[in-house]
Amino acid sequence: MIESENMKNKNMKSENLESRNITVTEKSEESKELLSVSNISISFLQYTKGLRKNLLKVISDLTLSVSSGEIVAILGSSGSGKSLLAHAILGILPNNADLTGEMTFEGKELDQKFKEKLRGKEIALIPQSVNFLDPLMKVADQVIGETVDEEDKKAKKAHQREVFEKYGLDEKVDDLYPFQLSGGMARRVLVSTALLQNPKLVIADEPTPGLDDVAIQETLNNIKQMAAEDRGVLLITHDINAALKVADKIAIFYSGYVIEIANVEDFTDDGENLIHPYTRALYKALPQNGFNLYKGHQPFHGELPEGCVYSDRCDQNTDSCMKINPDLREIEGKKVRCHRGHRKYSR
Amino acid sequence: MELKGKNINFKYGFSKKWILKDLNISLKSGEIKGLIGDSGSGKSTLSKILSGYMEEKKFKGDITIDGLKPLKSGFNPVQLIFQHPEQTMNPKWKMKDILYESWDVTEDLIEEFGIQKSWLNRWPNELSGGELQRFAVLRALSPNTQFLIADEMTTMLDAVTQVQIWDLTIKITKQRNMGMLIVSHDKDLIDTICDDIVYLNDINNV
Amino acid sequence: MNKPVDTPKKKFHTSPLKLNLRTKTILIIVLTASMLVAIVINSLFIDVSTITTNFSSINLPPSFEHLFGTDWMGRDMFTRTLKGLGLSIMIGALASIISTVVAVILGLSSGMNKYLDSFVSWLVDLFSSIPHLLLIILISISLGGGVIGVIVGVGVSHWTTLTRVIRAEIKQINTSEYVHLSKNFGKSKWWIAKKHILPLILTQVVLGVILVFPHAIMHEASVTFLGFGLSPHEPAIGIILSESMKYLATGVWWLAFFPGVSLLIIVLLFDLVGDNLQKILDPTNAHE
Repeated sequence: MIESENMKNKNMKSENLESRNITVTEKSEESKELLSVSNISISFLQYTKGLRKNLLKVISDLTLSVSSGEIVAILGSSGSGKSLLAHAILGILPNNADLTGEMTFEGKELDQKFKEKLRGKEIALIPQSVNFLDPLMKVADQVIGETVDEEDKKAKKAHQREVFEKYGLDEKVDDLYPFQLSGGMARRVLVSTALLQNPKLVIADEPTPGLDDVAIQETLNNIKQMAAEDRGVLLITHDINAALKVADKIAIFYSGYVIEIANVEDFTDDGENLIHPYTRALYKALPQNGFNLYKGHQPFHGELPEGCVYSDRCDQNTDSCMKINPDLREIEGKKVRCHRGHRKYSR
Repeated sequence: MELKGKNINFKYGFSKKWILKDLNISLKSGEIKGLIGDSGSGKSTLSKILSGYMEEKKFKGDITIDGLKPLKSGFNPVQLIFQHPEQTMNPKWKMKDILYESWDVTEDLIEEFGIQKSWLNRWPNELSGGELQRFAVLRALSPNTQFLIADEMTTMLDAVTQVQIWDLTIKITKQRNMGMLIVSHDKDLIDTICDDIVYLNDINNV
Repeated sequence: MNKPVDTPKKKFHTSPLKLNLRTKTILIIVLTASMLVAIVINSLFIDVSTITTNFSSINLPPSFEHLFGTDWMGRDMFTRTLKGLGLSIMIGALASIISTVVAVILGLSSGMNKYLDSFVSWLVDLFSSIPHLLLIILISISLGGGVIGVIVGVGVSHWTTLTRVIRAEIKQINTSEYVHLSKNFGKSKWWIAKKHILPLILTQVVLGVILVFPHAIMHEASVTFLGFGLSPHEPAIGIILSESMKYLATGVWWLAFFPGVSLLIIVLLFDLVGDNLQKILDPTNAHE
C-alpha cells in the first residue's frame, strides 16, 4: 500500500521536475523550509578524574535551516563533532548525550517520536561507508528489508530495482555482498538505499573521503540531482572542495560553534566577501588560493577562551572580542558570529 | 642518499590481478616528490612496501638505500606517515608516551609544532585529527630518519591545519636534507608543494 | 514553533547526594569485595577447636544462638559454613590464578609465531572437548586428592576460554598500525609485547580471574561432594553438603539449606564484582 503510494508520489515528483526544469530560476521562490534547527546544543556527560562528572559541550548554539531543493554544507574538521548534528536530527544520539534547543520539520516540532516516525522515510541518512551495511547479507535483500508476504516482496523488489537502475546498478549488483562492491559502486548503493523511501530531506555524512576523483564527482552529482528533485540536502563534510562544488550555503564549524553561514558565491577571488576571519583563512589556505599559513589551533571543547572562540587567533581583536562571544547575526543574507563584521555593517 | 624501489610487483593473495607491476621509483635526499594516483590504484600499498611495512615475501622486487637492503631490525630510516593518525597510536597510551616512543623529541620542536604542553597528558581519543597528525609527523622526524613517505597525510584535515603541517614538515626535511615522497590524490596540493611530480599510472605497468 | 522540542531525556544529577552510575558501580564492587575478604579473614581466625562436638546440643534448628543450627554432633553450622566458605574462596583464588597464568602464557606465545599458534589452538580444543568435572576428577585423583589435587585440577581445566579471548585480542593488536610502527621505530618483539600488548589485554586478564572464580568454587564443591576432592576431615562446603545428605530425610533441613544458600550467594557476589568491573573497564560504555 505504502509502496504504491510512494510510487505515485514519485511519478508526480518527476512530472513536477519536468515542469520545473523549464523554470529553474524560480526555484528559490517555490522552495519551502524543511528543517529548521535553532539554538541546538549537544553536551556529553563524561567522567573526568575518577568519579567527577563533567558536561562537555560539543555543539553550541547551532542555528541552521534547510529548504527543499537546497544543499547546505556543514564544514568542520574531522572529529569536531559535526556528525552529532545528523544523529540529533535522526534521534540516534547516544544515551549520555544531552540535547537542548528547538528543531522543526516542515513547521512541526521535531521531537523524539516524530523523529522516529520520519527516520528513513521523510528524512534519510547516507552513511559514511559500506561498513554500515550488514556484511553477511546480499545488497538487494537488505535494501528491501522486511516484507509481509510474497506480493509485498515483489512490489518492494520492483521498486528497489527501479531506484538501483536509476543509479546505474544492474541486476548483478543485487546479489553481491557489501565487501564485493567497489568504492564507487558502494556509494551508489548507499545513495539509492537512502532514496528508496523518497525522502524530503537527505543527510549525507562525509560522503567523499577515500574516493577517487571520478567517484567524488559522481557522488557530488548525485547530491546535486537530489536537490534538483526538490529534496533538501544537509551535507556534512570536512572537504571544502566538495562543499564548494555542490552546496548553496556553507556553514563553517569552529570549536563547536557555527561561525559563519556563507553563500557559496562568496568563496570567490580573494575571499573578500567572506566576513569571518576564520572562513577567509580557510579559503585562502587552499593550495589553489595561495596556501597561506595561519597559526594556532581550534581550542578544545571545555577549554574555550572567554569571549569569541576565535579571539586567540584573530588579528583584529577588539575589547568586546575578548569578553563577549558574539551571537550569530544576519548580515546581507548570510549569518556571521563576529563583532567586527557586525560593526562594519552597522556603521 | 637514494631510496630505490626496483621492479616492484604486488598482488593480493591468490588474486590474478596485479596491483603493482614492474614498478620502478626512486627518491633522493633533499628531493620532495609528489606521487599522484586514484584511490585503489595501489599508492598506499607502494608506500607500505617502500617503508618496510610489507613483509618481504608478500611482494616481489628490491628496496634499497644507496644500493644496500635496509636492515630488518633497528630504526628504519624510511618512515611512513598515515592518513589516519588515530590508528597509529595505542589507545591506552598517553600522548607523551606516543611521542617519545620514537626518539627524544626536543622541546623547541614540540613548541614549533604548536603542540601544547597540556596535550602531552591526554589520551589519543581526546585530540582532534589535526592535533594527532602533528604528533605523528614529529615522532617520525627522528634524526635517524632519512626518507619520509606521507600517504594522504593531510587528507582528513582542514585547509588551515593542512598548511601548518606541510609548512613545518617541508621546513624540517629541507633543513636536514631528507627526501620526501608525498602521496596524494589532490593535484592542487602536489602542484603547490612538490619539486617533481610522478603519476602512478605512468610508472605502474598493469 | 518556538517551544523546546527535545527536553533532555534524562536529567543529569549534579547534586552530590545523588550517586552517579560510576560511583554506584564502584560502591558495589567495594562492598562485595570487602564482604568476600571479610569471610576469608574470619574463617582464618576460627579456631577449629570451637567446632567441637557437643552432644548436649545435637540437631538444634536455627536459633539466635546457632544461626544455622547444629548438626548431629552438636557442632555450630554457622562456624562450619564460614570456615568452609573461606576455604572455598581460597581454593577458588589459587585455581583461577593458575588458570589465568596458563592462559596469559599460552595467549602470548600464540602471538609469537604460526606454529605455536596452531599448537595452542589445538590444546584449547583438546581441553575444552573433555567435560570439566571429569577432567578435574581425573587430575585430582592422579595427584592423590586433597587440596593440592583440587586446586591443580580446577586450575588446569579452566584456562581455555580466557586463552581464546586473549589469543583473539593479541591477533587484532598485532595487525594494528601502531604495532607495525613500533617495529619500524626499531623496537623488539619483547618490548612490543610488554609495552603495547600487555596493557591492552590487562583488562581481559583481570576480568578473567574474577569470572573464573565462581566456576572454580562450584567445581571444587561438586568434586568434593562427589567424594573425589578434599578429604572428609576438611571443613569444606562440599563435605558439609555430602554429609548432610544422610540427615535430610530425617527433617534436618538446615544442614544442607544454609551452607548451600551461602555458597550460592558467594558465587553470585563474584559474578556481581565481575560484571560491575567490566562496566568500568570496558571503554565502550565508560561514560554512561
